[in-house]
Amino acid sequence: MSSLYDEVAPAPAEGVPTRRITVTVNGEPRTIDVEPRLLLAHMLRQGLKLTGTHSGCDTSNCGACTILFEGRPIKSCTMLAVQADGHSIETVEGLATSSELHPIQEGFKQEHGLQCGFCTPGMMMASKALLEKNPNPTEDEVRWALSGNLCRCTGYQNIVKSVLWAAEKMRAESN
Amino acid sequence: MALDEIKIGGMGASRRRVEDNRFIRGKGNYVDDIVLQGMLHMEILRSPMAHARIKSIDVSKAYEIPGVRLVLTGEMMAARNLAWMPTLSYDTQAVLATDKVRFQGQEVAAVIADDPYIAKDACQAIVVEYEALPVIVNPLQAMASDATVIRDDKENQPGNKVFDWEIGDREATDKAFAEADVISKMELHYPRSHPSPMETCGSIADFNRATGKLTVYMTSQAPHIVRAAVAMVAELPEHMIRIVSPDLGGGFGNKVPIYPGYVISILASILTERPVKWIEDKTGNLISTGFGRDVYLKGEMALRKDGKILGMRMNTISDHGAFYADAQPSKFKIGLMHSTFACYDLPAAHLTSTGYYTNKAPGGVAYRCSFRVTEAMFFQERMIHAAADDLGMDQAEFRRMNLVKDDMFPYRTAFGFLTDSGQYEKCLNVGMEAIGYSTFKQEQEEARKRGKLLGIGISTMTEPLGAGNSREYDILGIKMFDSAELRVHMTGKAILRTGAMNQGQGHQTTWAQIVAHELGIPADDITVEEGDTDTAPFGMGTYASRSTPVAGAAVAMVSRKIRAKARKIAAHLLEVSEEDIEWELGRFYVRSNKERGVTIQDCALAAYSNMPDGMEPGLENNAYYDPPNLTWPFAAYFVKVEVDAETGVWDVLNVVAVDDCGVRINPMIVEGQIMGGLTEAYAMASMQYITFDEEGNCIGSNYMDYLLPTAWETPGFELHEVVTPCPHHPIGAKGVGECATVAGPAAFVNAVVNAVSHTGVRNIDMPMMPNRVYEALTTGKDVSGMPPVRISD
Repeated sequence: MSSLYDEVAPAPAEGVPTRRITVTVNGEPRTIDVEPRLLLAHMLRQGLKLTGTHSGCDTSNCGACTILFEGRPIKSCTMLAVQADGHSIETVEGLATSSELHPIQEGFKQEHGLQCGFCTPGMMMASKALLEKNPNPTEDEVRWALSGNLCRCTGYQNIVKSVLWAAEKMRAESN
Repeated sequence: MALDEIKIGGMGASRRRVEDNRFIRGKGNYVDDIVLQGMLHMEILRSPMAHARIKSIDVSKAYEIPGVRLVLTGEMMAARNLAWMPTLSYDTQAVLATDKVRFQGQEVAAVIADDPYIAKDACQAIVVEYEALPVIVNPLQAMASDATVIRDDKENQPGNKVFDWEIGDREATDKAFAEADVISKMELHYPRSHPSPMETCGSIADFNRATGKLTVYMTSQAPHIVRAAVAMVAELPEHMIRIVSPDLGGGFGNKVPIYPGYVISILASILTERPVKWIEDKTGNLISTGFGRDVYLKGEMALRKDGKILGMRMNTISDHGAFYADAQPSKFKIGLMHSTFACYDLPAAHLTSTGYYTNKAPGGVAYRCSFRVTEAMFFQERMIHAAADDLGMDQAEFRRMNLVKDDMFPYRTAFGFLTDSGQYEKCLNVGMEAIGYSTFKQEQEEARKRGKLLGIGISTMTEPLGAGNSREYDILGIKMFDSAELRVHMTGKAILRTGAMNQGQGHQTTWAQIVAHELGIPADDITVEEGDTDTAPFGMGTYASRSTPVAGAAVAMVSRKIRAKARKIAAHLLEVSEEDIEWELGRFYVRSNKERGVTIQDCALAAYSNMPDGMEPGLENNAYYDPPNLTWPFAAYFVKVEVDAETGVWDVLNVVAVDDCGVRINPMIVEGQIMGGLTEAYAMASMQYITFDEEGNCIGSNYMDYLLPTAWETPGFELHEVVTPCPHHPIGAKGVGECATVAGPAAFVNAVVNAVSHTGVRNIDMPMMPNRVYEALTTGKDVSGMPPVRISD
């Protein structure tokens, strides 16, 4: 068990309520005491030290904090940690195995789908949700699926190519 | 046998990026990812008012919240002589407000607490009493004779003027106008925009009382400048200051200035003797940190009726917000605005510029541009477009006639820059061919008959990238050179450090490629480090497309120093004299017997184990590079649009970009830079701007109001390449990272104006939102000036 307050701060002051929740993160159940107002993104970053999920805008516009919640892409800056109690989430840290990258990760590297890297985890998680639903998307379908995720560096063209690269590889692997 | 340069990841290889290995795994190391033992968290309370006197600040309720360790106010900063700090343009800026607040979002107080949530709560508990003052939101208001003086904190500051500046030859320009057949005019506003990198600004200050050392992890594109500034502002000895820029989530000029938050976190750490982390939220970033642009540009062009340009005069009125906090070379008050028209053979030119304070956030930073060249080139290409139309000439042919010809280099521009290379006409031709220019007019006419409005826009430009030379370019007196340090280990692997600062450009990948090109050491064998002032050599940082022109040159030069020493070692190993030795990539050999040779790795081992008598051991060196001139890339951009006459909505049909940035180190990365720049150009042309209401409230303080294009709106791009090596750069490279942001916007605007030109409209200000285009279409009048207060009102 890990406790948010044990790891980042002294115990909450008297009168500050906490709640114990259990969330399955990248396949592993994690139990954690959180303030009810704690955002899921902050729980992941500060409590569980999974800093691959980035906090960009706090208003659910930029998508840097996109994770998969029960397989669906959501913006973890606009969900409370307590809402994730009993649920299963996936973050960028769960994409690769110890020996192998996920095809989406490979695609982003091969097609130069990132520059500063800040939007990348969110982009990849949104892409994963798309490809699991639609293994053979058109360029327009990729652009639409990623339209909740902002990138300031790449101009998106290479991100789209990265996702299509991954789609092709995933289709080849599943055959 | 010589190595295959592409195989070892040398110049010209589209080497996949080293950085990606950590970013795609979510293992980047941005400031907010860093956790230090015992770290506290800081939050800033910002002013809700744009201009007000502070009557009182009551922090007592904030201290009642458990977990609050310290609340800082302007008064407490003033007691330590830290209420004000110098800017990078010889002005001063409030760190925490003492007397007045001068823009909405200004820093008023800071809370340091156990956790960021508590710090935010405590900010809400601080009670500040304000007394409203008249608000000035544009230069017209600022220049009025009865205007409230915003900077009454400064002595000898009679009005709201920041500077008056002029350059060029007024007499010769007057004469050109006297001789002109046609005089063409243009007036426009380049609206305020925010670079808005995905990652906001932030810092972790860690002052260690025991050692006296201050370490600051922070989001800076220029960590060495920060070290110097902290030494001066905080009066700490420079050797006891370590600035570390870890991974930066984008910069685009936004992370060049020194912000109050950094300074406050430093003081907070000194006072609490604990590390203090400050991570700005998005609204804080958008309303208080360096914006770009906000310039009114007006000018006219003297023309001969055959199309030859005789002269140009231009005036800029810039809005600098409450503090003149641009970072720019100290000699030039409005940056390199006078690089305007540098690609055209212009006999005479004159520029006057005036800057004003307003009650808006400070800045005027070079947002993905080399010190105001974005505004310069935007005006240039709008003016050129209008002049061609006024003359009834074809846009491409008018440009072709006036562009500097290949045989005219080196060419001295009317404002005194020396452009040194290019194939402008070739770039124009490549673009025309790719976009189908020759058949466009017919296509346009046929479409009009069907009620469809098509338009084509061209933008051609060369821009000055890679400041300095040190004769002309300095920031706060520090000359604009850059540096590299290379250590080759005994097994032939190496570590390279530079004074530049990567923020997505891929320096870890490309710098190693330059070393590979110069020494034949495979790029994979070279580690690249930047951003830690304790280890990196002094450099001026990364902005203004200066990394490859300056630091990249230093990388080549230090590699050559290493090669020169390795040559002596090779002669010793081969038992011949140095003069009898030849070099091919990765290997020295005896001229008379090519089979007899030693590799660079052999030389590296010998440098530690078998050096010649009298030679200093080791194989390392450094180079400080002061470029002889700026580099001058050329860009020709073509945009085709369709405008919906019913709604004013416009769609991009085609974007063709032809870039000549000299020799390309990593073509994949260069193309990535160009596409990113084109997207920002499209963003500014279509949606991205920040405005203010009459009370100085920032409209655009979050991503719901400040619109950035997504993958859905952003068009696709077709890229082409022309290569004219830079004659003075050691590897022939020129800057490129900003060309598309600089030249791109005019191509979009020219295309939309072209589509609606039958109505008589000559200008629509950016962003060309559908309502503006619709207004232009239906009234046949220009839509220029910015709501809610137009400069002509």
